[in-house]
Amino acid sequence: MTGTNLRNAVAIVGVGESDIGKVPHMTGLGLNAQAAKRALDETGLKPADIDGLLTAYSFTEPYFMMGSVLCEYLGLKPTFNASMIVGGASPAVMLKHAAEAIASGQAEVILCCAGENRATGQSRDQAVAALVAVGHPYFEQPYGASIPSFYAMITRRHMHEYGTTREQLAQMAVTTRDHAVRHPNAHMTKPITLDDVINSKPIAEPLNILDCCLISDAGGAYIVTSAARAKDLQADPIYLHGIGEYHTHEHLICAESLTEFGAVQSGQAAYNMAGLGPGDVDFAELYDCFTVVPMIEMEELGLCERGAAGALIEAGETRIEGRMPINTHGGMLSHAHAGAAGGLFGIIEAVRQLRGGEGERQVAKRDVALVHNEGGILSSHCTMILGREMR
Amino acid sequence: MSELHPEPIVNADSEVYWAAARDGRLALQKCQDCGHLDFMPRHVCPKCWSDAKQWVDAAGTGTVHSFSIVHRAPLPAFRDDVPYVVALIDLAEGPRIMTNIVGDKALDVEIGASVTLCFEDRGEAKVPQFQLAD
Repeated sequence: MTGTNLRNAVAIVGVGESDIGKVPHMTGLGLNAQAAKRALDETGLKPADIDGLLTAYSFTEPYFMMGSVLCEYLGLKPTFNASMIVGGASPAVMLKHAAEAIASGQAEVILCCAGENRATGQSRDQAVAALVAVGHPYFEQPYGASIPSFYAMITRRHMHEYGTTREQLAQMAVTTRDHAVRHPNAHMTKPITLDDVINSKPIAEPLNILDCCLISDAGGAYIVTSAARAKDLQADPIYLHGIGEYHTHEHLICAESLTEFGAVQSGQAAYNMAGLGPGDVDFAELYDCFTVVPMIEMEELGLCERGAAGALIEAGETRIEGRMPINTHGGMLSHAHAGAAGGLFGIIEAVRQLRGGEGERQVAKRDVALVHNEGGILSSHCTMILGREMR
Repeated sequence: MSELHPEPIVNADSEVYWAAARDGRLALQKCQDCGHLDFMPRHVCPKCWSDAKQWVDAAGTGTVHSFSIVHRAPLPAFRDDVPYVVALIDLAEGPRIMTNIVGDKALDVEIGASVTLCFEDRGEAKVPQFQLAD
């Protein structure tokens, strides 16, 4: 099934990040608003030009209809509004829905945003307990299973089947931290070493705390419009070449494999729409809630062979200076993670890198970027291919 | 004093499963139309959507597909148990189930290890658990 061909139908014309890290003086909605304002400022558009809004959900704010709540908070009266709940895949799925809505004339300028005050809006125990809800309430939670324990079982299986090593996993964290050090708004900016990761506090073996994503206060936003309208706006438009999603399960007990997931299919759909392949990708912003996840995604998305990601990372090829830069902003391991916003920062980073001018963080080749978001326990997948030329 | 491990929550999909557990049995759903064996109780077969399903007892043996040793418990009820093992077991019949590995040697668990069914009392209920086979 190929669906509507949205190739180059829309462009991202503005991106914005809120203040990131511990931001106790702002609410979750405030973080969304700050990110949205910064994204809109890039476009030259006015708030009244926004006629569509897509967002996700919040664990820290007590609101039910999050899309409507954000419209109300921002004073928007859109013709198109929805709240996505596909976990970490939500920000990428927003772009797919936005493109479809624009292509079918339901809206012209759509604000996509997400964010939460997860670091200061709740205690660390509350944060950990809230995330238990991702596990199956009847058949996983009774065993004291945590989200890190789910990804730990996936990690151990990857090590078992492909020989992925503790050092390779640690190198993923070290490399992305080095990228975050070069980012002016990253949550974590102190360099780390392999030993730091390997000797950090064990959370769920084989994962230590430095294998796990951050808990940040952070909001992110991007603005989408038609490719035709994008040409008249302030910032260089970044075109959507292809996008695809695939959903296989929610709970790990229902995953058919611990090593093969739906990024293969979401990636293939995105490549097909774009008319491009893995060999055309200059750099990638991958979901990295735990160190093994971007490795699995590199393999599933064809950026390397199955089981080869660890060696590639160890050889430095995923550094900004390498052949396939991965998570150039520092990812969720080092830049920011705040609920549904985690993967949104990968989209923002891809747009910025494609525009160019990111200084010591800038990748050399910047024609085509791949962004992948996943939600649940590698359950929901969405892949997008972005570029700076219509192609 | 830490909280007790939570009692299972029983619903219409799972009441036979938990009743079997109280009797010391691990019950699986078998599709009467396509023969698919399923762990997670549900109204229809996920392969063919047949609603003709029969409960059958598992032998109670299997192997460890993967596991993690948890050091940071997600809920207060498990805080005094760390480090403890969460594992996915491939049952002899095929379906995969999540469990703890319990018993004195639990932390010696490895992928591929043989395990046998046991039960943990939680109030009036019993929760299926696994231990390393001798």
